[in-house]
Amino acid sequence: MINSRFFNRSELIGFVSLLLLLVVILPLALDIFRLNLVAKYLTYSFVAIGLVLCWGYGGILSLGQGVFFGLGGYCMAMFLKLEASSVANTKIQSTPGIPDFMDWNQLTALPFFWKPFQSFPFALAAIILVPAIFSFIIGAAMFKRRVGGVYFAIITQAIAAIMTILIVGQQGYTGGINGITDLRTLHGWDIRTDHAKYILYFVEVFFLFAAIVVAQFIRLTKLGRILVAMREQEDRVRFSGYSVANFKIFAFCAAAVFAAVGGALFTLEVGFMSPSFVGIVPSIEMVIYTAVGGRLSIFGAVYGSLLVNFAKTSLSETFPQLWLFGLGALFIAVVLAFPNGLAGIWGDYVQPRIDRLLASRTKKSGNGGLVANGAPAE
Amino acid sequence: MNGVLMSDETKKGLKSPLRRQLMMGMAAIPALAMMPRPSFGAGPATSAVNTTGLAVTDSEVTVGILHSVTGTMAISETGSVQAEKLAIEQINATGGVLGRKIKFIQEDGASDWPTFAEKAKKLLVNDKCAAVMGCWTSASRKAVLPVFEQYNGMLYYPTFYEGLEQSKNVIYTGQEATQQIIAGLDWVNKTKGAKTFYLLGSDYIWPRTSNKIARKHIEGHLQGCKVVGEEYFPLGHTQFNSVINKIKLTKPDVIYAIIVGGSNVAFYKQLKAAGIDMSKQTLLTISVTEDEIDGIGGENIAGAYACMKYFQSLDNANNKAFVSAFKKMWGEKTVIGDVTQAAYLGPWLWKLTVEKAGSFDIDKVAAASPGIEFKGAPEGYVRIHENHHLWSKTRVGRAKADGQYELIYETADLVEPDPFPKGYQ
Repeated sequence: MINSRFFNRSELIGFVSLLLLLVVILPLALDIFRLNLVAKYLTYSFVAIGLVLCWGYGGILSLGQGVFFGLGGYCMAMFLKLEASSVANTKIQSTPGIPDFMDWNQLTALPFFWKPFQSFPFALAAIILVPAIFSFIIGAAMFKRRVGGVYFAIITQAIAAIMTILIVGQQGYTGGINGITDLRTLHGWDIRTDHAKYILYFVEVFFLFAAIVVAQFIRLTKLGRILVAMREQEDRVRFSGYSVANFKIFAFCAAAVFAAVGGALFTLEVGFMSPSFVGIVPSIEMVIYTAVGGRLSIFGAVYGSLLVNFAKTSLSETFPQLWLFGLGALFIAVVLAFPNGLAGIWGDYVQPRIDRLLASRTKKSGNGGLVANGAPAE
Repeated sequence: MNGVLMSDETKKGLKSPLRRQLMMGMAAIPALAMMPRPSFGAGPATSAVNTTGLAVTDSEVTVGILHSVTGTMAISETGSVQAEKLAIEQINATGGVLGRKIKFIQEDGASDWPTFAEKAKKLLVNDKCAAVMGCWTSASRKAVLPVFEQYNGMLYYPTFYEGLEQSKNVIYTGQEATQQIIAGLDWVNKTKGAKTFYLLGSDYIWPRTSNKIARKHIEGHLQGCKVVGEEYFPLGHTQFNSVINKIKLTKPDVIYAIIVGGSNVAFYKQLKAAGIDMSKQTLLTISVTEDEIDGIGGENIAGAYACMKYFQSLDNANNKAFVSAFKKMWGEKTVIGDVTQAAYLGPWLWKLTVEKAGSFDIDKVAAASPGIEFKGAPEGYVRIHENHHLWSKTRVGRAKADGQYELIYETADLVEPDPFPKGYQ
């Protein structure tokens, strides 16, 4: 109840149970291989949380979040790749000291835009700034011209397609369709060992809760309320004197930065980055995670990405030939039966029971004369 | 309150369908014991042949199969899965490996490179597979390579590919680029008198590297020959009209095409529609196997030449037995392409290597690989080189309207694999 201003009771329950699940239950229950998979799924949660803000609250459907996920991921991958491409590691190449795919594409020197990525602080700054600036440019160009709704979704999708073609086409500079692979160490610390995977997992969970708190903060401020107002009645907000475009740009940039952080962590967890996370299909999948979780719920976003990816892994392990049908059926079932996703199921079925349970307990204890402060059970 | 909850649970548990299923499953256990036992388990002691904790028991050894059976690559990779299963079945029918039956675990890479990496890790870390047959595209191989090197696994990779790679943990059973390209270019130059070449490709590393090697060979090693055009298209591209017009204008002696996947269908149909007659215009491809012709349609590509190491129509005893066994297992209508045959080699080469090494240990298998000969290969005799690629012959075939290739030319000797060719990089 202390946090009642920031989290209401049900949100507090959600926060604590997610904390328990991610920090205690999963690390104890799973071996490191499965835990690393969970870590991979969680990187998508960042994107999904961003989409809750941007799509759920702001009503701006972006089908191009993969672009920002990829930008963050590539910034991290470029730093790690340069560290993995020391002269000693790349003796076999015709130009030692540059990443292997550059050598295969007859580059003989490091391109200028790769050079700053030798510095870790620069790479970290780039992970946030590159997607933020890029999304600001897109957002400003679109929203200032009052492009919205379906048209905006189509344009973001086109950007995702352009980005993929660009990365695949410029393979000497980007690694092409193979992506940037074989990443090994971070400041000399081997990220491939089991021990490192445990540490990376907890680092990621820390960032995830930071992201949840930031998202919750944005949601609760006046800004969050303006976003909702914009979604419901854009014109009224505009006539009330607010600059709708600026708020939309903010929501879009925020979602982009969340996605980029997820992408950077993905690169660390999985050990490579490739254009298959940038294109249209992965971008739409990211929207699906949000939809399955419930697009108005920050916690739902986390559970949605966990559930969909877990289903993807386990169905494909059990039914290598048929699993895509199973996954499709899951989506259809969720959308038909529970249009508000997991959060809807929680809100409609679980939450009332908990409330009833708590209420009956308070009543019972009230009968026993144990009410301390006499507060109504709400 | 707790007690109430528990009794409630148990009451429900009795009626649960899961429980019923479990009980029925348990009832089947005695039946299992009555089934005839295969005669495996007569090999050397497990402790002697498996010192690193792989999934080897006294009667069984587990290997992995890792290909895409869903997504865009499924159409290409299905043949490889079928060939690997056939080889495993045949090996088991002849006594297995070191007296152990091969059991396989199949995983789906879903045409998605990170999924390949995830599944490769599962096969090595969770399932402790003694070997993995798998991957198709270069991108999937690049994604799993660090996994195989880190967890010390053994991958048998079936596809012809761009080279520039060599790993202790991979045996490349397809051809690398120089094996596939140089002999074909020499042949077309000599027999067709070809002087001008137009290079085409899908836009990724294999076609680009292959065309680079082709260009170096054409310009540096063939007298008076030159490249008159070079173009790339994104994967899945279907509009080839502009490049076909350019080809009509430049009139190259040879169209050298390395287009992959579904794009092929559009490309060859549009070539034909544009009136380019393959009986007059020489077209040489290194990317269209019988599998692809199935989609393109034999009548659209008849007359084109392909340069690779295997065609289904090869006339030798090994191949005839292989083709009939394959069709018996997977149906009369299936076709067998170059990669399918190379995939078939994987389990056999692994078996021969394990038996030479006398151990399933990855390090010993890797060390014993160079020099392994497989005389029963459908393509003829093959041998593993020091660099873990195969010595193999290169062949040129001409596509017929029935979807098969007729053999036109084959190199006299095995061609040495050279993944890091000097002067071609």
